[in-house]
Amino acid sequence: MKPAPFEYLAPASVAEAVAALDQGGDEAKVLAGGQSLVPLLNLRLARPTHLIDINRVREMDYIRDADGGLAIGALTRQRTVERSDAVRARCPLLQEAVRFIGHPQIRNRGTVGGSLAYADPAAELPAVMVALDAELRIAGPKGERTVAAQDFFVSFLTTALEPGELLVEARLPAWPANTGWCFLELSRRRGDFALVGVAVTLTLDESRAEFKGGRIVFTGVEGRPARGRSAEQMLVGSRPSDALIEQIGLEAAAGLDPASDVHASGKYRRAVAGELVRRALRVALERARRGDAITT
Amino acid sequence: MAGERRIVVRVNGVSYDGVVEPRKLLVDFIRENLGLTGTHVGCEHGVCGSCTILLDGEAVRSCLMFAVQADGAELLTVEGLAEGRQLHPIQEAFVEEHGLQCGFCTPGILMSAYELLQHDPNPSDETIKDVLGGHLCRCTGYQDIVESIRLAAMKMGTLAAHSAKAYVT
Repeated sequence: MKPAPFEYLAPASVAEAVAALDQGGDEAKVLAGGQSLVPLLNLRLARPTHLIDINRVREMDYIRDADGGLAIGALTRQRTVERSDAVRARCPLLQEAVRFIGHPQIRNRGTVGGSLAYADPAAELPAVMVALDAELRIAGPKGERTVAAQDFFVSFLTTALEPGELLVEARLPAWPANTGWCFLELSRRRGDFALVGVAVTLTLDESRAEFKGGRIVFTGVEGRPARGRSAEQMLVGSRPSDALIEQIGLEAAAGLDPASDVHASGKYRRAVAGELVRRALRVALERARRGDAITT
Repeated sequence: MAGERRIVVRVNGVSYDGVVEPRKLLVDFIRENLGLTGTHVGCEHGVCGSCTILLDGEAVRSCLMFAVQADGAELLTVEGLAEGRQLHPIQEAFVEEHGLQCGFCTPGILMSAYELLQHDPNPSDETIKDVLGGHLCRCTGYQDIVESIRLAAMKMGTLAAHSAKAYVT
């Protein structure tokens, strides 16, 4: 099948894009990488009246230093993030996660902002942004606003973006000292949608003998990224041990109630979630102990 | 027709003018408007890879782009690999290692392999398989494709080493 007809606008700046979205009205859609949207158009599952192609808004394609952390423009290609030395050094969790997105051809076009704004329940980047306590900058007819990642993802394919608004940037805080990371997901084939995925960060105290805290955020278990808060609590002031990691895995999984679908049962997803947490914690701990010698 | 746009696209070094509706997919423009039918339409939703071309040097699924988005861009399709009757080393490798049977998936894979070998002249099998993950083949079982790409890397490495006449594509 071929897409239904639409009006096509190709703004060259954020201001023009916001104006174009306004012009397009309720049934306008933003076209960034197109790796999720165009299949919908081709199958006529979506029939927007207007397509606002933002691929010429070059001012949204950047990776910049921001108070020791990173500011990543929404149009930044996933492939750029995958290859970026700055991301590798300052936000290794993001670089590890981006490699799980689809296939190289998808990452050549797919954008950071697109993945976040689309908010697929099994996507990698939303979980990573929540794990990093990222802030998301949004431009709209009434100006700009910032939303914490935790609040940005509302539900299945639903974000805090209001009609007429455009995600313009993800701002990641400086990477804390003594912090390890790991992103893992399980899919039937490499590049398939995740059945379950987890983004983990783990911070040791200065002596590196105790956990100071961490983040455990799942994807694929709910309509939006799911934080394992009770499991995270077990990472505060405790001493690393195999037994503790085992317990944290169990606690993280116990808090989940994933739906069953054609790909996996809820029970299976829960079991996999627990195992992924255990594996991710072990890797993250090793990386935290190694300190700033970040290798992949 | 309402909303039609004029576009200019360079494909395999040749400049083409076109007039298209915005909803015209890039793969259809390449095949129908330009008559370059080496690029194939398989799934139309971004999983099979048979529509893969290079756009400004990057492998992309041309069924997930509109022709209007390629205005001003430089494309490389499978027709641009060989020089007259002289096959590209990647194509030679596929012949030698039996990397195709029906050939439907092949052009897309050749383009992805081309991009891979530009960036990574000596890819591991793991890397090759990662790239092939974006392509579906019903005939070969993939193993001969992996070996074809491995051989292609060797051929191109040899050419680069004897770079008295570097292979220019």
